[in-house]
Amino acid sequence: MNRFLLPLGIFIVLVVFLAIGLSLNPREVPSPLIGKPAPAFELPQLHKPEARFAPQDMQGEVWLLNVWASWCVSCRQEHPLLVDLANSKLVPIYGLNYKDPRDDALRWLKQFGDPYVLSIADVEGRVGIDYGVYGVPETYVIDKAGVIRFKQIGPVTQDVLEKTILPLVKELQK
Amino acid sequence: MKRLMIALLCLAAGATGFAREAAPTAEDVVVEKRMVAISEELRCLVCQNESLSGSQADLAKDLRREIREQIGRGRSDQEILDFMVDRYGDFVRYRPPLKGTTFLLWFGPFVLLAVGVVALVVILRRRGRRVAPATALSAEEQRKAEELLGLAGKDKP
Repeated sequence: MNRFLLPLGIFIVLVVFLAIGLSLNPREVPSPLIGKPAPAFELPQLHKPEARFAPQDMQGEVWLLNVWASWCVSCRQEHPLLVDLANSKLVPIYGLNYKDPRDDALRWLKQFGDPYVLSIADVEGRVGIDYGVYGVPETYVIDKAGVIRFKQIGPVTQDVLEKTILPLVKELQK
Repeated sequence: MKRLMIALLCLAAGATGFAREAAPTAEDVVVEKRMVAISEELRCLVCQNESLSGSQADLAKDLRREIREQIGRGRSDQEILDFMVDRYGDFVRYRPPLKGTTFLLWFGPFVLLAVGVVALVVILRRRGRRVAPATALSAEEQRKAEELLGLAGKDKP
């Protein structure tokens, strides 16, 4: 009997490890930017290209930076949620329009609704590189001091919004 | 004359359609070589099993452009690697740095190998002990065996 216990034990440990490994999402790579100041930039706004936006303008406020593009399919998935969130006025959402022709972006907002206080046009994707964007959509929670506190890779879901983002925002707004 | 101009213009317009990237100069070749060497060390995060140098993902193209520009600005390979790690984490490197969190990654296989070798030695020793006494016969047993073998020999014609 004893001689089977050890292999059985090893087998169970292996199965547990594999189960954990399989349930992780390989696309979610921990961002090194968490806890660091949001990288500075200055880019034209999407609606008013003559006006510019810099994250430093947001000092003293908790805000969300949502990276989106009209060519991004999963952005449509999270979009109704963002529109609802914008209507709730709990936290301002700023959009980073990533590598998108201006006309397409404007048409997309007209079609699906515009939850953003304003969108910033990152046509060349350079700010995206500074923010470590690799899978649009991505959403950053940035605190009053301009530090990135959370990053959601992929679409925001109801679950993530209610269990992680909103409690964090409330905590940071105190 | 006017017609000729229009024809020429059409030709010129057509020619732009065939325009290709300028042939690389000697300096470009050096930059390109360094860019490829650096990007082979980096993982493309969009298609995770491809290196940055081999990927056709949009982000990979942008990052290769970034590397080229940084080489142009005279930054060292290490500075460029650090630039990528600052943004995308250790995961972008195919050879992650040796530190607390990557200790298991680097030495785990050797630990497993050592455990395997120890297990093998223990098992072989145990087996050796079990088999060895069985081969040694006492004098009485030896005699009996010879007798039996001898009898077996006599049976044969």
